[in-house]
Amino acid sequence: MAILRAHGLRKDYGKGTGLVRAVDHVDLDVAAGETVAVVGPSGCGKSTLLHLLGGLERPTGGEVWLGEQRIDRMPEAGLARLRRHALGFVFQGFELVDELTARENVELPALLAGESPRVARRRAAALLERVGLADRAAHRPMALSGGQRQRVAVARALIGRPRIVLADEPTGNLDSAATTEVLRLFTALRAEGQTLLIVTHDSRVAATADRVVTMRDGALVGRTHLAGAGGGTGAFAGLEG
Amino acid sequence: MQDVVLALLAKEPSHGYELRSRLQEALGPVGDALNAGQVYVTLTRLEKAGLVTAEHVGQAHRPDRKVYALTAEGRGRVDAWLADLTWGKPSEFHLKLVAAAAARLADPVDLVEAQRGELLRRLAEVQRAVLNEPDGSVAAPLIEGVALRLEADLRWLDACARYWERKG
Repeated sequence: MAILRAHGLRKDYGKGTGLVRAVDHVDLDVAAGETVAVVGPSGCGKSTLLHLLGGLERPTGGEVWLGEQRIDRMPEAGLARLRRHALGFVFQGFELVDELTARENVELPALLAGESPRVARRRAAALLERVGLADRAAHRPMALSGGQRQRVAVARALIGRPRIVLADEPTGNLDSAATTEVLRLFTALRAEGQTLLIVTHDSRVAATADRVVTMRDGALVGRTHLAGAGGGTGAFAGLEG
Repeated sequence: MQDVVLALLAKEPSHGYELRSRLQEALGPVGDALNAGQVYVTLTRLEKAGLVTAEHVGQAHRPDRKVYALTAEGRGRVDAWLADLTWGKPSEFHLKLVAAAAARLADPVDLVEAQRGELLRRLAEVQRAVLNEPDGSVAAPLIEGVALRLEADLRWLDACARYWERKG
């Protein structure tokens, strides 16, 4: 069953001759437990697509469904509630609060959602353990590496037990080693059944998904299934020395 | 080289000099290293293999020239080459796109998308290896190198797609 579904999705900016169609009639389904990567060059509209899917922006046309709920026309209050409970967001720049510790950053959305401090704290501690940062819980973001900050951000995204996590260039600010760190975490989450949508210009990130859709000039132009693909692609052939 | 020459002939029967000019135009500076006799040697081999036929055409004041045409078997081999996703030299894939567009055998953008899928599948295998490799493993830099090369190839495919989309 599709957790997230876009149909005929469209987003225009500007008018007349200055009209830019950032997202151009996109159809996309993300099934439960699936990791989908949207790839494409910068400016292809993939971040706008993520914003439309996550209810952060309103489409010009088309529909967005989260499970059985159509969300593209939902009033703002309802959307805000969904963003707290059903959706998790991970951004390129981590977007952590510098003045708060790692654990407080993770707790924050739960507290805002009305969770008791005791429950929020317990759940934040468990999530930091889950992302391998239990020993960094009391550190502020500035005292953490880029990869660690992004793992804190992933823990924060998970605290509302989201039906889907939407990640916008999650490794865009990370070096190769930190990228591997975050991808290991995503892979583990997927193994636990977490649904993920990752927007990235990095094909190494995309290659860890079940399915890759390619976006160009606002439209989806290619789809590649990687799920269940075994070895034997010849990637290492002829390199043995 | 054989596949490239066959695919160029798919547009129309042609003689060696013309094929060589088309190759040089498509390759630009990369074609400078092309041996003058290479196209002729390849054509002779293709003729022996029954993939092309040669017809002597008389010219005024000059010796006859040989015009080569694809046989049905040669045409079959061109189709197989277009569908083949083996990843070799960039110039070979580039010439595949050029020849496919010239002869209207396939949309170059579709060929790029098919190739992208293949390279993504390879990169998926490599990335699985990267993620499974223990920290500090001595093989890690090598695997990363393979991943980075595939990443560069995929970015090049983006550039190819942009070029042929503008053309199309």
